[in-house]
Amino acid sequence: MLKKLRVLFALIFWLGITLLFLVFTGGLHRYLSWMAKIQLLPAVMAVNLAVIAALVLLTLLFGRIYCSVICPLGVFQDAVSHVGISGKKQPYGYRREIKWLRYGVWALFVIALIAGIHAFVAILAPYSAYGRMVQSLLQPVYIWFNNIFAHMAERAGSYAFYSKETWFRSLPVLVVSLVTLVIIVILSFRSGRTYCNSICPVGTTLSFFSRFSMFRPVIDVEKCRNCKACEHKCKAMCIDIDSHRIDYSRCVDCFNCIGECKFDALKYRFAWGRKASGNAPAEPKGADASRRAFIASGAFLAGSAVLHAQKKVDGGLASILEKQEVERDTPITPPGSLSVRDFYRRCTACQLCVAECPNNVLRPSSSLERFMQPEMGYERGFCRPECTRCSQICPSGAIRPIGREEKTQYHIGTARVNPELCISAKGESHCGKCVRMCPVGALSMVQDPETGNRRPVVAEEVCIGCGACEQYCPSRPISAIVVNGRAQHLDV
Amino acid sequence: MKRRDFIKIGSAAALAAACAPKGVLKTAGEGAPAGEMAMRTNPNNGDRVSLIGFGCMRWPMIQDAAGNDIIDQEAVNEMVDYALEHGINYFDTSPAYLQGQSERAAGIALSRHPRSSYFLATKLSNFGDASTEASLQMYRDSFSELQTDYFDYYLLHAIGGGGVPVFEKRYIENGALDFLRGEKAAGRIRNLGFSFHGNQETFDYFMSLHDSDFIKWDFCQIEMNYIDWNHADGVRNVNASYLYEQLEGRGIPVIIMEPLLGGRLANVPESISRQMKEREPEWSAASWAFRFCGSYPGVLCILSGMTNMDPLVENVNTFTGFRPLDEDGLEFLERMAVQTMEYPMVNCTGCKYCMPCPWGVDIPGVFQHYNRSITEGTYAQSAAQKDYARLKRAYLVSYDRSVQSLRQADRCIGCGVCLSHCPQSIPIPRELRRIANYVEQLRQDTLE
Repeated sequence: MLKKLRVLFALIFWLGITLLFLVFTGGLHRYLSWMAKIQLLPAVMAVNLAVIAALVLLTLLFGRIYCSVICPLGVFQDAVSHVGISGKKQPYGYRREIKWLRYGVWALFVIALIAGIHAFVAILAPYSAYGRMVQSLLQPVYIWFNNIFAHMAERAGSYAFYSKETWFRSLPVLVVSLVTLVIIVILSFRSGRTYCNSICPVGTTLSFFSRFSMFRPVIDVEKCRNCKACEHKCKAMCIDIDSHRIDYSRCVDCFNCIGECKFDALKYRFAWGRKASGNAPAEPKGADASRRAFIASGAFLAGSAVLHAQKKVDGGLASILEKQEVERDTPITPPGSLSVRDFYRRCTACQLCVAECPNNVLRPSSSLERFMQPEMGYERGFCRPECTRCSQICPSGAIRPIGREEKTQYHIGTARVNPELCISAKGESHCGKCVRMCPVGALSMVQDPETGNRRPVVAEEVCIGCGACEQYCPSRPISAIVVNGRAQHLDV
Repeated sequence: MKRRDFIKIGSAAALAAACAPKGVLKTAGEGAPAGEMAMRTNPNNGDRVSLIGFGCMRWPMIQDAAGNDIIDQEAVNEMVDYALEHGINYFDTSPAYLQGQSERAAGIALSRHPRSSYFLATKLSNFGDASTEASLQMYRDSFSELQTDYFDYYLLHAIGGGGVPVFEKRYIENGALDFLRGEKAAGRIRNLGFSFHGNQETFDYFMSLHDSDFIKWDFCQIEMNYIDWNHADGVRNVNASYLYEQLEGRGIPVIIMEPLLGGRLANVPESISRQMKEREPEWSAASWAFRFCGSYPGVLCILSGMTNMDPLVENVNTFTGFRPLDEDGLEFLERMAVQTMEYPMVNCTGCKYCMPCPWGVDIPGVFQHYNRSITEGTYAQSAAQKDYARLKRAYLVSYDRSVQSLRQADRCIGCGVCLSHCPQSIPIPRELRRIANYVEQLRQDTLE
């Protein structure tokens, strides 16, 4: 019964969060974005005290329910290990806690979090890892299917589906996602929740509370016949029947053990104040090697280059060169982020905003210090005035929820004209496209005192950095007007 | 002959045709008995021309192995065979049409039939290089492309745009008109005329050339339909009623182009279509537009740029046993024209003369999508309107489907290169901006 409830809720959460990452139309985030906001690390980053308190309380009351129900990576691992153990009679057995690894990673993680080494945090954090995998591996497939439906809808004259452009945002993130997937699948296929109990810093954090939880599975020594049925089915490998002890710091409350016991010796019940777990010395295990490979892969991949997809153009029309990515001295982060520093301090690199952005503006960064955290670019679109979707969905408070009216208060960047590329400044054609497209009227045309040609100028104090000018600039492949980020977004 | 007499004769002929055994009665040419293609007689030389002519500007294109656009010759052959078999005997092409491939395709299809079984019209389309050499070369090439040694009807292509100076540059200063006069005397051109897009002043100038015997125009090709009759934009294009009256008064046979405004009059807004059906349940909107042109006796031939068999078959049916409109019918169409003008459509016929836009904008694509949305009613007019969300989605999704986003109206930078190419004198950058603003209002939900 308990197990069925657990599976039911786990599926609801897992499906909800996965869909949140997949559905690019924005139709779901109104109903489901809370599922992302109750994830522990984003809540910590957002200083969402209510969620943090609720999660701690949940764990103190019932144990690591979070890991079995709320965490999408945990549920994903359960699904994989369910396949992994099929056909095996005794898939698991008790293993000691790998303390040096578990607490070592946790300590490094906390240090990285405080020191702002976000790539390390993002690689290890379970929600970020899951989001990354769905966004970079599954969403393209989802969009591909969507576009097939859109094609069929077009044939049928229906507007139920519309096609969505896919583009290759970042090779390093794709490879990190692939490596994460492979490691998670191998670990969970073979040894259940090893990742959660040896590496996952969120799991370790919750373990500090779960070992004192009020409700927990308890072995009735009187009834137990030492058959080890429960021990062999425990994917956390935390039940030691020899000593009749359960390591509650590692138990994720999956309730598999309770159904296994034929002698009614295992019960999930109130057990406040009982001794938590047996303390045995730790032994290093094989997980170590894979972890090392796992972290190394991230560092190795950070240096690789970003690839661009080329798009085919029609024969009967003038060809249009694709815009090249430009170097921006200061990265542009979305309206709703208070400053570049605040944004990158809070962002957990879950890629939810990247998956959500309808304007092809957000993409994960490839730079080392902001690895996988999003940044903006205006080669394929601009930050449209009516869109605040990333701010509505961000679970970590890196992008605060803002309304459409507030959007123009955020000065996320400043446009700068390059007269050497501007066709108007060069006297090649009358243009002024940027001036007409600017939604805040920050641009105007003046006569250049030197050449006598008309050229656009930017009122820096008015420009909000939305990128409409850069996106619409007819100069290709490099725009003659380019937005550079601003460190501080709100003038207080 | 006055219109009123013409209608009387037409009705009498129709009546007689109904009584007489099929195929026995031949009229003087204006009306047509049921079951026969309507024919007109050129009063100057007695040419028996079908009232519907085949315009060779909109033939189907396919892609060859290298990805280049080429004319679907097989489809063209099939259409030309069908057209000739059903009495259509006037074919109008130009060296400029269909990326320069139209003449050759017409030559291939038509050379399979006796040269005496059809009338061939082509043009001196020296829009680019108007030098003597280039112009004469273009003229000579038309013979080999069309596989013929004479042209029945030869036109100075689209004069009027740019006024008299452009005409003089293209035909007077380079000696082209003198040369063509000589060709006519030599019999290689049977009828010499011109096609016209422009203002009244320029047209009057061409008429004065005729009146002063500088050149006698054998025929003239004008844009005429029930919209342009009284509702041409007036600034750069003159009303067809004026053009027609001037030509008829001088006895110059009239060839009609754009009878359907590039297909727009075949696909009219629903309210107009309903009124047409209430009047004549069996007539299509296109057939109304053709009947309008055919109701004027000075019209020798109405050109239709048929893209595939469907419009061809429909048009053959319209013109077989053709019945012109009476005064009531013409007044009704004038009311429809006034109502059509209330829709904010762009007067684009999809001729693609403006293309390629140097900045990659798909100008006719944008206009066609916009017009289609208006006629089909998938066009939101107000954010407060019922169904606004559905209409907005329909417009935006269909827009992205019809025109790639980098080629949409908002990409126009207003350079104005297209302006001088448009025979309809559409202020293209201004219209693109109007559409871009509309789309932006939809996207931002700021449509009032």
